[in-house]
Amino acid sequence: MESVEGAARTLPSIGRLSRGPPFGRAQGRFGLSPSGRLLPPAPRSQENVDPQQTAFLLRKQWTLYSVTPLYRFSGARLRDYGRLLGAFIAAEKQKGLAVEVGVELDIKVAVSSLPDLRGSDQDQAAVLVQLSSRSSASRKNSEEKLLWSGWFCCVSGDDLSERVPEDFTCLPLFLANGAESYTSIVGSWFQKTFDCCFRRLAISPLNLSWMAAMWTGCKVDKTASALELVFSVPSLPQPLDILYAIHPEDAKDLWDTVQKTPGEITQEEVDVFMDCLYSHFHRHFKIRLSATKLVKVSTAIASAHCDGFIKFLQSQYLTGVLMLLTELAISQIQ
Amino acid sequence: MQRRQSSKTPKQPLQGHHENQTDLSAWRKGGRIDPGKSVQNIQSPNDQKNDSKQDSLEQALSYFAKVQDRVSLKNNSVLQKHLTTVESIALQRGLPPEGFDVLLNVALSGKLADTVNTRLLKSLVPASVIPETSVISSVSWLCVSKCSGNIQLLFLRWLITVFDFIDRKEQLHALYGFFFSFLQDEKMCPYVCHLLYLLTRKESVKPFRIRRLLDLQAKMGMQSHLQALLSLYKLFCPELVTITLPGKMKKWNTQLIIPASSTNKNNLEENREKNHVDLYSTSESFPVEQLQTFPQLLQNIHCLEFPSQMGSVLTNPLLLHYMNCIKDESVYLRLYYWMGQTLQEECTWCVADNNQYEEEFKDFLETVYKTECFLQEGFSSCEEFLYKSLPLWDGFCCRSQILKLVSWIPLSSSSEMKSHLYDPLAQLFFTSSLYFKCSVLETLKELLQNWLNWHMIHLDSEFESEVYSLNTTLSGLVNVVAELIHFVGWISTVALRLENNATFLLYFILDFYETVCDMYLRYNLPLLIMPPAGVFYPALLSMDSVSLNQLCYIMYRYRTNLVAAKENELSKKKTLQFKFSSQIYQEYNQYIIAMVGCLWTSRAFQKDIHPQGLRMDDELLKKTAVQEFRTSFNIVYHPAMMGYAVLFLQQAWPDDTTFDLSLIKGKRWNWYLEYLYAQGLKGLKVFIESSINRVSQASHSKAGNVQV
Repeated sequence: MESVEGAARTLPSIGRLSRGPPFGRAQGRFGLSPSGRLLPPAPRSQENVDPQQTAFLLRKQWTLYSVTPLYRFSGARLRDYGRLLGAFIAAEKQKGLAVEVGVELDIKVAVSSLPDLRGSDQDQAAVLVQLSSRSSASRKNSEEKLLWSGWFCCVSGDDLSERVPEDFTCLPLFLANGAESYTSIVGSWFQKTFDCCFRRLAISPLNLSWMAAMWTGCKVDKTASALELVFSVPSLPQPLDILYAIHPEDAKDLWDTVQKTPGEITQEEVDVFMDCLYSHFHRHFKIRLSATKLVKVSTAIASAHCDGFIKFLQSQYLTGVLMLLTELAISQIQ
Repeated sequence: MQRRQSSKTPKQPLQGHHENQTDLSAWRKGGRIDPGKSVQNIQSPNDQKNDSKQDSLEQALSYFAKVQDRVSLKNNSVLQKHLTTVESIALQRGLPPEGFDVLLNVALSGKLADTVNTRLLKSLVPASVIPETSVISSVSWLCVSKCSGNIQLLFLRWLITVFDFIDRKEQLHALYGFFFSFLQDEKMCPYVCHLLYLLTRKESVKPFRIRRLLDLQAKMGMQSHLQALLSLYKLFCPELVTITLPGKMKKWNTQLIIPASSTNKNNLEENREKNHVDLYSTSESFPVEQLQTFPQLLQNIHCLEFPSQMGSVLTNPLLLHYMNCIKDESVYLRLYYWMGQTLQEECTWCVADNNQYEEEFKDFLETVYKTECFLQEGFSSCEEFLYKSLPLWDGFCCRSQILKLVSWIPLSSSSEMKSHLYDPLAQLFFTSSLYFKCSVLETLKELLQNWLNWHMIHLDSEFESEVYSLNTTLSGLVNVVAELIHFVGWISTVALRLENNATFLLYFILDFYETVCDMYLRYNLPLLIMPPAGVFYPALLSMDSVSLNQLCYIMYRYRTNLVAAKENELSKKKTLQFKFSSQIYQEYNQYIIAMVGCLWTSRAFQKDIHPQGLRMDDELLKKTAVQEFRTSFNIVYHPAMMGYAVLFLQQAWPDDTTFDLSLIKGKRWNWYLEYLYAQGLKGLKVFIESSINRVSQASHSKAGNVQV
């Protein structure tokens, strides 16, 4: 039904009372979650991803943003963008400060491509932006120190990329690590240059429980770390967090009994899985976790916080996690 | 040489203070060093004027330098004259560096009244720079507290304003501790914080100062000025300031009003490389920054480029005109994404902690609404925002803006309207005040009118067939409109009961139906829907003549529309896809029988055949003990009309004090009608003239109604 309506909107603007997207609306348009998801691709489908290439993305905390499609962005001009962005940062650093804040370091900007980070050929290659400092004293000898990094990516974002015209580039997920002031400057430049919008991407407790279930089911070679869930108790004068750690094998056993169709997960299975964990906790501590808010999930695969932070821990599941995050980012911009 | 003398006198006191005193005359345009030459040079009247100004400023400065005791402004014409001179010169071209020392000294010494001091401080506008030494000496005045608190505050504000004009700041930095000590004064604290913010260097950040600021924060609560200073301290010495400060005041990536600026040149070059055909357009493109007038738009419309951020068109009517001529989808898509994200991000009830920006958000919604009115179409990003946010809306926050935006929800044959618009709106409607109910009804009337206008425009346009085949079929459109009208009928019925048939509410309901009853003729839409009985009967039996008159007009328009539809059907001039069902004629006839029975033939209780109508047994009516119950709702006795009848009798027979309303019959009935028409009851007039078949002018009782 949705697609029929979508087709009806693909019209010259003369024919429409509304001015909006010349494409249909995505599934789950008003914040509804899909009732089922495919499992993240198994590690074997990731063989083309060189773990070395993406190793620097692991074990860092990334702040998540959603980004609307970039207008007139060209993957072939990354070097120029780096130069322009460098000039913009230099100008911004001089502007608006009443006093000089210490001795400013020379900031070097590098914009490059991460071609491995995509789900399908339709996805745009990920774009990496790195700011590093050069001390001006000994330009040649001194090591460059990475100050800030951020990357745009799209893993299986066909939902969005199939619907936008050629002029637009879909890289709906943006991840940043470093001082917010740099995120702000870089984000402003992209907004001004490619007429796009950045928004913080929070992860709802519902999606966190999806992550807990999905990642529990993933196979990890090494001795896996525990499944850790952090809950926050609302309406208390003092904040109270509850940390619930489950042995990974126990969690996996539980999940295996819950999951019915291999390769696919349903909302019902996720609910059953979480309810089992909750009732176990209640039996021991007489606390109903269903009345609290799930704020953080940590597994051997990744850890995610509801405020929109993620830490990748396994390179083989990187694209799998990114696929889910891309989906969340797309649902925020549609 | 009078000039020469006067230029010397003010220099005397100044030189005492400053070693590096610049020559006062050097400040003058083309400053002359040789006085002899300068006399010869005075040729143009302009120069002369400048010089005389120069002289009077010098005189004024020398006067202020010599002021000894308190001088009152009122009785002192000399002071008044010099003060005016300083003010006018300061505002025209600013004061020379040498003037500041004199004026600051006198203003802060407390010798003059505060009104004079204030005026002096306010005229301290630098022509070039302000000598640091004069600022230093004024700080020493500040420390001896000769001047009032207000003057101290004004001085600090002045200092912050002109901070960048102070020629050197080394000594000023040395006074950091002095300024810091002023923090304890509650009134001065915000300004001192600001000044310290400007002065702070890494070496100024000391643990004892951080402690002092934290103490102050504990005492006075979270104050933005203290926070700003603390965060600057934290920026310099993160290891010393360990407390967590709240994040930025405003999110970095949201700017509600974007100035229009052209796209980055480098992007254009890219375009040129990529697309060689574009050479002509890009090389001569007209930058949006220069677009100021409508003629400019017309001259450059072929080579105009959109701004780098489409969001900036909202506040730029010329670009909106241009947008209206352009059929580029990417233009709308860029705007769609920007607006959708901004609305969601800034929404004050969907996003926590956004409350403080309500005024800003209101302005933004207002801007979006004005743009929609300008373009005469709704934005789909706005529609989606409303669907997402209405279920969470309290019906209070940004009320008028939100309702205005609802009136521009685009017409689409979607099933989303009920769950996303009608259901949340109904919930708020039933639980909110009378005023809110009326606002909602007004909004829905405008929504209906916008849809009907859209339908009209596209019916006329050559794209008609395309529109209907692709976007929404005519029957789909009819269904969506019908759904809206049924929704309004339903909420109106309930609201009338909840509000005890309030006249005010009834007015808005009938106003909605004034549009509904004319849809066929005025908007060419093959749809007519009668109001539900829950609206019709309260209007018919209303205590207020305005409502009754409105109802009469509406019934007259229904009749006109239905007659026209029937005629078209019969003549079969064009093959009609749509035909009114017999049900609408039947409903109309039931209502018209009830109305004529009530107002004219006094047989409402017998004739009304509507299932929810007024039909009652004579036996039952007798039990009410009302005499003459038959006539009690005709145009004489109807509660909404009786006032007119009494006035009519009073005016026609002023001597008769019996007020026997039964006298109004026969010829008098006709006079009474004329009287009513003259009172402005035009709706009643057109209704009676169209719907009542008056067999004979003399006998009104025989009059019947015409059914269509």
